[in-house]
Amino acid sequence: MTLPDGWEMVVGLEVHTELKTTTKMFCGCANVFGAEPNTRVCAVCLGLPGSLPVLNVRAVELAMAIGSAVHSTISPSTFHRKNYFYPDMPKDFQISQYDLPINVGGYVDLPDGSRVSIERAHLEEDTGKSTHLGASGRIHGAERSLVDYNRSGVPLVEIVSGPDIRSSAQARLYASELRGILIATGASDGRMEEGSMRIDANVSVRHANEPFGTRCEIKNLNSLRSLGRAIDFEALRQIDLLNAGGVVRQETRHWDETLGATSTMRTKEEAEDYRYFREPDLVDLAPDLAWQERVRDGLGPMPAERRAALAARLNEPTSTQLDALQVVVDLGFDVLVAAALDADVDAGLVLARAANELAADAENIHSLTTDAFITTLLMEQNGELSATQAKTVLLELLAHGGDPRAIANAKGFEQLSADSLGDVVAALIQANPDEWSRFREGDEKLAQFFIGQVMKVTKGQANGKAVIAELNSRR
Amino acid sequence: MATPLRREDVAKVAKLARLSLSDEELDMFTEQLGQILEHANDIAALQLDDVVATAHPFGLINVMREDVLEPCLSRDDVLAMAPDSEDGRFAVPRIMGEAP
Repeated sequence: MTLPDGWEMVVGLEVHTELKTTTKMFCGCANVFGAEPNTRVCAVCLGLPGSLPVLNVRAVELAMAIGSAVHSTISPSTFHRKNYFYPDMPKDFQISQYDLPINVGGYVDLPDGSRVSIERAHLEEDTGKSTHLGASGRIHGAERSLVDYNRSGVPLVEIVSGPDIRSSAQARLYASELRGILIATGASDGRMEEGSMRIDANVSVRHANEPFGTRCEIKNLNSLRSLGRAIDFEALRQIDLLNAGGVVRQETRHWDETLGATSTMRTKEEAEDYRYFREPDLVDLAPDLAWQERVRDGLGPMPAERRAALAARLNEPTSTQLDALQVVVDLGFDVLVAAALDADVDAGLVLARAANELAADAENIHSLTTDAFITTLLMEQNGELSATQAKTVLLELLAHGGDPRAIANAKGFEQLSADSLGDVVAALIQANPDEWSRFREGDEKLAQFFIGQVMKVTKGQANGKAVIAELNSRR
Repeated sequence: MATPLRREDVAKVAKLARLSLSDEELDMFTEQLGQILEHANDIAALQLDDVVATAHPFGLINVMREDVLEPCLSRDDVLAMAPDSEDGRFAVPRIMGEAP
């Protein structure tokens, strides 16, 4: 989307990611998604009087891993209480980091060559989850609210970017690159749909090169799509407002995905309204250099490096293949893809199946062995399976595991033998003499016609390449 | 030197803490809190450039626990402490806005 002439948007993102620890940040309750409500709670995460928090060493380590991956300086830090009243936070304060965060500064380089600076990446605890009951289903108008504290106290890192982003496309690229980095560090599973990665966007507009305008913070961005749409909507809203002689109020706005619009949630609290003060129950955190180095050394290659390594194995990759590479790397399918390339499967085929079929069911990737993946693709490449059949076999392998040949047999994906394909082609040539003579005279478009006819007759069991080979042998 | 504490400062802090104070209480706390802040001013007046700020009486750093599971409380016990519950969750009066 382009903004009206002369306008520029200025965007900074706050990305919250839950950390993949075994237990919560300050107590030994399990950090799991989707458990029965209020079955992973104790005196600490319920904020019962007299309970005391003790910091989880793994949460610190993962926060340091994130900091290292985004080129932050790991620094001595402290914990503060951020005081506010809301039922999903039973202590009436959130333990967070304020003036001294664990990770200071840093940057993320994006695939388009731009760089987004990182101001800080600090540790804090997540809140519980409330469900609002009432006629409207929305928070406003709810009769009562139900609260589940399983998520209360789950460790989070909040990564705050500088106001360096200038378009919704760049915002999406940044969020997507950061998500890949978070997954690569092992700190996060990056699942936006489950809320383990959540984004707030600070949006303002200005005429190019003028000082920054007043910003609004948009909450509730649960997908990259919402992020892009919300930023565009908000920038245009502010421009319309300013053009009409109005002023932008600093406030927090809620994104409604269905309406495709942001609306005022509340006017922005001043930081002093949170009455931040040092958490007296926690001491300072100051990881020594040896520990920092161990964390840094433990990091594997980041997505940019891994994309480059895979891209180097492709011969002049197309933009579709580069997009597929990004998906493959973000989801951690590098090894699988590299093995398939080693096995001489066509690169385009490998990337397409990995970025589509495997990505569609990535959670079950553990059911798919490298051998089964390669075998399925080779069967497709050799014409034993049609594209549709190969996709079906892959999805079955993801869902239940097993042997690709056995699955193909069980599904009745009989290999269409060269003989029977030959018979089908011969019959079609006889039935379509005009098309056949035009094909013989060099009209290659008619190959698609014959492929379509063959697929119809064989109910999709033929392989397109095998059909072309058969046609050419009879030319 | 910090400006003296005003009555409206106390009223604002009380509001943020959801405390309802009478006029007499506001006067009383403005005076008492003012005395405490004045004491802080006495300290601020000292020459303390060489002293590192202290926020904790113990010189401890990096107090942490291993990432190991410990037993949780039983849900029945937990919900029994609440005034009201529904569907295994704490039931609270309707929420007027979203979390800050």
